Amino acid sequence: MITVNNISKTYKVAKRNAGFLEACRNLFHRDYEEIRALDHVSFQINDGEMIGYIGPNGAGKSTTIKVLSGILTPDEGTCEVNGCIPWKNRVAYVKDIGVVFGQRSQLWWDVPVIDSFELLKDIYSIPKETYQMNLEELTELLNLSELLKTPARQLSLGQRMRCEIAASLLHSPRLLFLDEPTIGLDAVSKLAVRDFILRLNQTHRTTVILTTHDMQDIEALTNRILLIGKGRILLDGSPQDLRQGYRTMDEAVAALYREYAI
Amino acid sequence: MKKYLSFFRMRFLTGLQYRAAAAAGIATQFAWGFLEILVYRAFYQADAAAFPMEFSAVVNYIWLQQALLALFVPWLMETEIFSAIVDGNVAYELCRPVHIYHMWFARLLAHRISSALLRCAPILFISLFLPAPYGLTLPTDPLTGILFLLTLILGTLITVSIGVVIYICCFFTISAQGIRIFYSAACELLAGQIVPLPFMPDVIRRVLEILPFASMQNVPLRVFSGDLCGHQLVWAIALQLFWLAVLMAAGWRFAVHAETRIVVQGG
Repeated sequence: MITVNNISKTYKVAKRNAGFLEACRNLFHRDYEEIRALDHVSFQINDGEMIGYIGPNGAGKSTTIKVLSGILTPDEGTCEVNGCIPWKNRVAYVKDIGVVFGQRSQLWWDVPVIDSFELLKDIYSIPKETYQMNLEELTELLNLSELLKTPARQLSLGQRMRCEIAASLLHSPRLLFLDEPTIGLDAVSKLAVRDFILRLNQTHRTTVILTTHDMQDIEALTNRILLIGKGRILLDGSPQDLRQGYRTMDEAVAALYREYAI
Repeated sequence: MKKYLSFFRMRFLTGLQYRAAAAAGIATQFAWGFLEILVYRAFYQADAAAFPMEFSAVVNYIWLQQALLALFVPWLMETEIFSAIVDGNVAYELCRPVHIYHMWFARLLAHRISSALLRCAPILFISLFLPAPYGLTLPTDPLTGILFLLTLILGTLITVSIGVVIYICCFFTISAQGIRIFYSAACELLAGQIVPLPFMPDVIRRVLEILPFASMQNVPLRVFSGDLCGHQLVWAIALQLFWLAVLMAAGWRFAVHAETRIVVQGG
């Protein structure tokens, strides 16, 4: 159960125009702009739900994920996940969650993927049997058997992505955050990952929060959508409601973005 | 405990992955060790009485410094942690059920010990069989050996605890370049990595001996050949314990403070 109440987060960003003179002027005088990444965001998510968290670039999706996973401390507001405040008892809290940041890597660059997995096994103190079982299941479903022995630096983006997803699930988290997990995947891998997430949700009742720009992901996986724009939650409903009257999900979402001018 | 040992294992595996680097490192250290010993020999032949350490003690100091280089050199840092802070990959580090201070301490320690283990054996072995007075001479009594190991461990922990503070600075400065260059230059001189501390002028030496830098390689490397013993040694160990406690406490506080104001770079 996730309860988010009036969370706000502001970033201070130094901005300047292009050019040498501007850069020199900037040495003495900085113009800062306050960017409200999150502006009083509130929502509630129940156990076992699959949520699609969508919004245009820079809307605050990743910031929300980072607050929920305990990495960032918000400026104001409260948040409780499974009875924990993520940023307060971070170390105890993160045992139960899994995070995939689609544009980052958690695998050790120089050594075979399986070595990274073994390290995660020790970091999370995963019991041997659970680890073996999860590893076998993940290897089969994500088709990893050939990849495990390869150093991470020699994997393609899509291959690495499948390993990243597996790495985030080795400790059987109850709550899974996926921040653009299908970036760079080919059609086969994309379908495999989708099937896998669906199965995970059905068999383990894992709560999944998914941010993506791929509307097919959203349609295939989620039964509830949260739309965020300019740091505010604008819409909370099912994909069917959202799509009404449009041919494709992409058109529906683009129309929404225009309507809200975000 | 197991998770920390696991970092060690990972680092060791990474080190083994690059054989050519280890071989090149060993060759460089041999060349450098010989060079230094020859320079000192020239000085000692001119007037051996003018120097504060025995020639054999200097030779031991140099061979041990070369063999255990990875434990003490200031420029050996886990660069992955710096790049993780700069590009935002640190997000993953922060969603592990380990406090970043403990994790980075373990990783840096693992890095240093595993690099040292990979490299020290050939240098120690060969330098033991070099003809006197150019070879390494083992301490005569076991107590010196035990004290050497104890001070070696304390010195390594101090080096690592300063390293972690430098990592955390990077959260605030974004680029670690400046602070690393400054620290490397200062540490090499003040810790006795260029010239052993007893060779410093008396007034300067007395100040330097109190600084944490003197608690790093200076103590164990001089204990080994009996240059540091008795009353002075007790004092040196007490100072090592003091600096270790101060640096770890300060580093921990600093890490807790940094954690609440973290910004993850790049989306």
